[in-house]
Amino acid sequence: MGARTRSFANLLNTDGTFLSGAINNTSLSGISAIPAAAKSDLVPIIGYGLGSDSAMEHVDGGRSGVAVFDNTYSAYCFKFTNIHGSANAQFKFNASTNAGSNYNVTKTTTYFVSRHDENGSNGQIQQDTGNDLAQGTGDQLLSDNFGNDNDASLCGELWIFNPASTTFVKHFFSDCQYYQSAVPRTNRTFAQGYLNTTSAVDAIIFRMSSGNLESGNIRVYGLK
Amino acid sequence: MGQATRNIANSFTTSGVITSSGVDNTSLNNITDLSLGGSLILLSTSTASSDATISITSGIDSTYDEYLFVFNNLHPATNDAVFQFQGSTNGGSSYGVNITSTAFRTFHNDAGSSNGLNYEGANDLAQSTNFQYLMEGIGSDAKEAGSGTLRLYNPSSTTFVKHFVSDTHFRQKSDATQRNLNAGYFNTTSAINAIQFKMSNGNTDSGTIQLFGVK
Repeated sequence: MGARTRSFANLLNTDGTFLSGAINNTSLSGISAIPAAAKSDLVPIIGYGLGSDSAMEHVDGGRSGVAVFDNTYSAYCFKFTNIHGSANAQFKFNASTNAGSNYNVTKTTTYFVSRHDENGSNGQIQQDTGNDLAQGTGDQLLSDNFGNDNDASLCGELWIFNPASTTFVKHFFSDCQYYQSAVPRTNRTFAQGYLNTTSAVDAIIFRMSSGNLESGNIRVYGLK
Repeated sequence: MGQATRNIANSFTTSGVITSSGVDNTSLNNITDLSLGGSLILLSTSTASSDATISITSGIDSTYDEYLFVFNNLHPATNDAVFQFQGSTNGGSSYGVNITSTAFRTFHNDAGSSNGLNYEGANDLAQSTNFQYLMEGIGSDAKEAGSGTLRLYNPSSTTFVKHFVSDTHFRQKSDATQRNLNAGYFNTTSAINAIQFKMSNGNTDSGTIQLFGVK
């Protein structure tokens, strides 16, 4: 066996897989494309399954360090799938600068909705000033009341940019679609604004205005 | 030492590290996931070529919570066409699920004389099996086309209605920029397993529709 082959053999596990030293950046310098199925974009960080929870918190360093919410990524996306409440209630969020000891960051926001009833009435887009905040510390609504019928739920997403900045306020916007079963009606809601703090935001909480988060999931992504 | 072995040996440095000649794009063909990989998994690409309809009948199942359709430069054969879609609960045998939806737009023409933000009552549906508008009034000049996204959530659920959200942009027939934002739900607790796209009149001459699963 030649020297190269011996050296290479030393970079293999006994099962034939490569040790970390077998491949470096130069080894991959000839790669101009990776399979579409393996490309990076939004990096999945963690997913939270909901089950009769009074709230769901995403705290930097939580879940044994898996729950990242710091300067690792330039933006974070929270995706909501079939959020189902135990009561006819609003879905909302707040943020924390002290790892979730309290959730009361000052916010200035705006909120508008596009809606349409199943009977064909109330097709409209309008600003809902009752759902916005002006230097408020309360929870920001992501939806109005939506019913708790078995087939009612909310889907959508919330983006928060550069939460770890100690220079800028923290911008966010949401885009949620839900079935308001009590009417019945479709609603698409947009909430956007900024967390008016130059402290790093390191935790976020989601909850209903009354009752529990009965089912659904919230997945957290970082933008590479 | 055989030829292959000699070639392999030449793909290592003297210290045994793989050189750039030892790995190429083909070496990665079987990679479907990277531990730090992204969330968008390409499932299919449909390329329009004078098609009356574009039907996507595979890949829409319970694998992902969210499916993302990306429209890139869809160009209609006929001026003032409406790009639209419907869902199927029977694998594409028929397309006509009850939809309730909402729609609004913002626009501004090239001349600077017309602009607005308004609800689009002609683009919404109320418990209708008609096709849902995504882009209303695309121009058919050579340079005109429409692009955007459609998100479909948890289509395989047999518990919830199926929510969708679209955000599209195109150059209008009357030489204007227009962004349409539509959303709603398929009012069914049956699984949605196929989606069909088409222009209201004439074909879709060119453009692509990519389908991604969101991990």
